[in-house]
Amino acid sequence: MMRRETVQAYLLLLPAVILLVAFTHWPAIETLVDSFYATPHGSRPPPFVGLDNYAALLDDTVFWQALRNNAVYAAATIPSAIILALLMALAVNGALPGRTFLRLAYFLPTMLPMIAVANIWMFFYTPDYGLFDRVLSWFGGGRHNWLGDTSTALPAVIAVAVWKEAGFFMIFYLAALQTMPTDLREAATLEGSSRWNYFLRVTIPLLMPTSLFVLVNAVINAFRVIDHIVVMTRGGPDNATTLLLYYIYETGFRFWDTAMAATLTIVLLAILALTAWLQFGVLGKRVHYR
Amino acid sequence: MIRRRRLLATTAALAAPAVLRAQTVRKLTFYYPVAVGGALTAIVDGLCSAYQKETGVTVEAVYAGDYSQTLIKTTTAIRGGGGPHFAVLLAAEMHSLQDQDILVSLDEIGLDQDGRKWLDGFYPAFLANSHAEGKTWSVPFQRSTAIFYYNKAAFSEAGLDPDKFPTTWSALADTATKLVKRDPKGDVTRWGIKMASDLGNAQWTFGALANQAEQPLMNEAGTEVYFNRPKTIEAMTFWRDLASRYHATPDGMSSWPQLSPDFLSGNTAIIQHTTGNLANVRDKATFPFGVAGLAGKNSPHTVVGGGNLYFFKNASPEERQASLKFARWVSAPERAAEWSIRTGYIATSPAAYDTPALRDFIAKVPEANVARTFLPVATGELSVHENQRVYKVLTDNIQGCLTGAKTPAQAMADAQTEADRILRPFKRT
Repeated sequence: MMRRETVQAYLLLLPAVILLVAFTHWPAIETLVDSFYATPHGSRPPPFVGLDNYAALLDDTVFWQALRNNAVYAAATIPSAIILALLMALAVNGALPGRTFLRLAYFLPTMLPMIAVANIWMFFYTPDYGLFDRVLSWFGGGRHNWLGDTSTALPAVIAVAVWKEAGFFMIFYLAALQTMPTDLREAATLEGSSRWNYFLRVTIPLLMPTSLFVLVNAVINAFRVIDHIVVMTRGGPDNATTLLLYYIYETGFRFWDTAMAATLTIVLLAILALTAWLQFGVLGKRVHYR
Repeated sequence: MIRRRRLLATTAALAAPAVLRAQTVRKLTFYYPVAVGGALTAIVDGLCSAYQKETGVTVEAVYAGDYSQTLIKTTTAIRGGGGPHFAVLLAAEMHSLQDQDILVSLDEIGLDQDGRKWLDGFYPAFLANSHAEGKTWSVPFQRSTAIFYYNKAAFSEAGLDPDKFPTTWSALADTATKLVKRDPKGDVTRWGIKMASDLGNAQWTFGALANQAEQPLMNEAGTEVYFNRPKTIEAMTFWRDLASRYHATPDGMSSWPQLSPDFLSGNTAIIQHTTGNLANVRDKATFPFGVAGLAGKNSPHTVVGGGNLYFFKNASPEERQASLKFARWVSAPERAAEWSIRTGYIATSPAAYDTPALRDFIAKVPEANVARTFLPVATGELSVHENQRVYKVLTDNIQGCLTGAKTPAQAMADAQTEADRILRPFKRT
């Protein structure tokens, strides 16, 4: 016989559990199961193929390229968005004229939908008469086919992602900076600590919980946000900007190869699970929470 | 007596829903794409409200993006158990839509004597992608061919005759090279020519080029492709040469949505685009422009394109009937003529060209007649099973070649290998 409190606790948990199971765990498990079957054709039930889909993935050059692209994309967007966010937050934290306006300007990209952002940047990137080529031409720069060249396409979409995200992360840093007790600063000043030393020894450690939170979000976004890819390049040219999730979308909804899409999804899940474990398990232990 | 009356009333009440359903399809939904700039949505909405006034049936037209987005949205919605009653999708998608088992043929919906006569009224070229297994699966709607738009002012400026457009590849390359304009620093301020090479459009551009080398890209059953044939490679080489050898077009990918703005802003002198863009260009061009059929290796050749109306299984028999009725209404000569006048798409039947409205229009705007005269040298669009997948491998390799990563021969060989792998399950020989 279960104790009454236990039953009550389970009942209270039930709504959340139902939602989690229905929308997170159940689909994940079903996806895993689907990845062991071939794609169904017509009304025939799909045959069990074991690990064949995973083996096929190893031979899939587009998959490897998507993985490589995503690694570059993550390695570039995550640190630059976070550092930029921190710098912007520090800039608008102090008392300076036009502070509200500056904060708003930094936050503006976050308020725009990614689709709109991508369309605006499409204009920036337009060869010959787009914003960047015009500005560069004043300094003697020539024409750039930013989105149509294999070497510049990925950096171009990375820049959009950083621009879009930094403002969002800035808000968290700004909030953290605002709640930082002023007596610490006074104490440091009394001790004769330099500004830089204070920043390194006090501000940064106190911002660590925020940094971890921002980092988790940045990592997720590096794998999750592909709206601008759909608008700007559709993975081209020659898969130069194909990211993992975009490839899943193409495989699932353009080719209707649901088994392969499920297999790819499991790979993405595994990557995200691994990074989450690294972040919370390893980094999380080093973070000092007040 | 009373009991009998009650019985009758009950029977009537029971039978009513079926009768009601049969007679009262009051609302239909269809998805349609817009592949060009301009006010197409307003024109489609206008057609629907005219139909509503005439028949009392509300037809809701849902704008669903470009062709591939519309395809994805339609199939996703239908697989989810909902979706439209019919849709305008690429004519070339017939094989892969059949793979998905979501279409209903016109024969199944029911074609009477009149219906068959109506189908016979279309241009045969536009029904080329509609027949399979002895049935008709789609109705031509917004049909086009690829054509060139060219800037006559740029022609004059370059010392070329604006009324004489080249008809062979070598002459075209020569003309395009002459049209390139550079500033004193050597930077290009006007490109000679641009053709779309982004996903969803590259295969159409290439279909025209291959036909210009007189090489079909696939068999009729849609189970084989001919990407690595010498003539196909020749077509790819010509495309690449326009950038690498003649420097008449920029290196790398040029995307479809950018072509019209490039042309209209004077950045590019010649673009290969759809006839459906004519109204848009006429509206916005600030310079005299011309329309010409595509050139060819030896003589002009082009490719048909555009969308057909497809009908879906998930609609009830009554809804299918009602959808077909709308299709017949919208493709009647007067409507087809009006559609052609307002958009630039080729009217789908010869009868439409006999209407006074279209005849007067062509007398006034001779450009509107150019595309139709090239129908005899037009081939069908690349259409195979697993269409989107084959489009993707072809496009990846075209882009690989245009960005200089692969030679034309290598790109086409790779595309062939990949496409063969994709099409293997469909070969039953």
